[in-house]
Amino acid sequence: MKIVVAIKQVPDRDAPVRIAADAKWIEERELQWAMNEPDAYALEEALQLKERHGGEVIVLSAGPERVGSTIREALAKGADRAIQIVCDDLGARDALGVARLLAEAVKPENPDLVLTGLQSEDLGLGQTGVILAELLGLPHATLILHVEKTDAGLKVKRELEEGWYQSIEMPLPAVLTMQSGGNKLRYATLMGIKRAKTKELRTVSAAELGAGAAPAVTLQQIAVPKKQKSTQILSGPAKEAAAMLVEKLKTEARVL
Amino acid sequence: MSGILVVEEARRDGSGRIFQETLAAGRKLASLTGLALESAAVGEPGKNIFLQISGPPPAAGHAIRHPLLETYTADGYVLAFEQLIRKLEPDYVLFPHSYQVRDFVPRLAAKFGQVLVGDVTAIEDGPLFERQLFQGRMNATYRREGKGPCFISIQNGAFRADSANGGAMPIAEFIPEIEPEQIRTKPGEPFRESAQTVDLGSAQRIVSVGRGIKDAANMPLIEVLAGALNAELAASRPICDNGWLPMERQVGSSGQTVAPKLYLAVGISGAIQHLVGMKGSQCIVAINKDPDAPIFEVADYGIVGDLFEVVPALTEAVKAAKQ
Repeated sequence: MKIVVAIKQVPDRDAPVRIAADAKWIEERELQWAMNEPDAYALEEALQLKERHGGEVIVLSAGPERVGSTIREALAKGADRAIQIVCDDLGARDALGVARLLAEAVKPENPDLVLTGLQSEDLGLGQTGVILAELLGLPHATLILHVEKTDAGLKVKRELEEGWYQSIEMPLPAVLTMQSGGNKLRYATLMGIKRAKTKELRTVSAAELGAGAAPAVTLQQIAVPKKQKSTQILSGPAKEAAAMLVEKLKTEARVL
Repeated sequence: MSGILVVEEARRDGSGRIFQETLAAGRKLASLTGLALESAAVGEPGKNIFLQISGPPPAAGHAIRHPLLETYTADGYVLAFEQLIRKLEPDYVLFPHSYQVRDFVPRLAAKFGQVLVGDVTAIEDGPLFERQLFQGRMNATYRREGKGPCFISIQNGAFRADSANGGAMPIAEFIPEIEPEQIRTKPGEPFRESAQTVDLGSAQRIVSVGRGIKDAANMPLIEVLAGALNAELAASRPICDNGWLPMERQVGSSGQTVAPKLYLAVGISGAIQHLVGMKGSQCIVAINKDPDAPIFEVADYGIVGDLFEVVPALTEAVKAAKQ
């Protein structure tokens, strides 16, 4: 199976996010970056499918130069080669604009399967994979935990709400968006990191792909959320704060 | 029509709550734009859709009916809604932000050169649509550019359903053209992994743990606290993904929804997927090292600190209070 995995580089989960001066995005300087976690699960599924059925895993990512480090991480984990869409204005594009870039890069590869995470940890739009399927004219399924290759195509396990699941059968080629938790994520080995340096990383500019279009929606402003409740923060050493909390839970909230 | 189309999703539990909330969001948008409200749903009116309208009823309801839509597929729903929207030409189409909507609406929107503004929590003058970024750590406002239908999905619980019974609306049937070969996926019957043995929904007290616990070896720390409080143990998704607690103890949009008297969140940052599952709790306590963690937005009491110091101290304080 030839599998393309679309991955996104996002701010590290533990990195503090601060609003930039224009209040249209966060301050990106000095930020630490990581692979979007659901995309890491998509990569893991692709690597396991390759281990079972053979084939090739191609990593695809769009973004500025810094994205290269996340691509190298995917190559170190076992992807065979990579394509980077070099694009400094990713944030100015809406989900359709980003999916158009990815679609143009995927088309010449003609893969059997395209995988990506169900959503990104920064924007959380959860649309890129689904739109990509539409632009490629392929069937899709979302929130997938497990992929099994069958004679007719694929049998996938999809997560529904409130602890329900369902199986879906579908033909190949197809696009799947992966939910986290279906597999255990692997770490890159030292050997893998060494070999990643010799693997093919092809860059293509967004302009070359020619997928420009005015966005349908634009982000106007970001702000720190307003509190829904007034929280009593109990401070002091752990022991004092804990004792105060128990007292409040007993006498004020009356839940103990 | 030029107006706002509010879409109902037939729910497994038969509840119309998220439809009533989406209607409430529609009314807010109508008040800002002066546009009229209509409604649409796939199903049989009075049987699984349009069972009840709270508040002023929409001007019309469109019941989409087709044998190939009896079981949900993204392909089928995209075809059906594309045809209805081309016929009605609404300015805005509002959906509840469900897994099903996430599955097909981005594809539907792309047919119109549009995107879904998903998981909207507020609608303000402009109109501007508010949604969260960075797992709830930031709010963002979005504006629609250009023309064409604007697709919006409304977060569960973000708008309050009208409590008054609104009565009936005229319902028209819409039969889309769908051929069997246009539906490429074969969905199976929904199933549960195993019989649920834990009913967190009826628990009086819950101690819930998140990524902050760092390692499976640290879980006993939380277990001891839960024991002292006589509380059920629960977790956010990553803990169950790692297998440190069984999936059935997961609280959030993909797990259980709970509303205990006391919900104690330890090392949980409070991504929206978690908050929707617990924000109805009577008293929420958060312990987290990050003072900006979104969990503090819904907490009644908070301790900003290292859980490895605070949790043992709290366990001792609870035990001492019992004596």
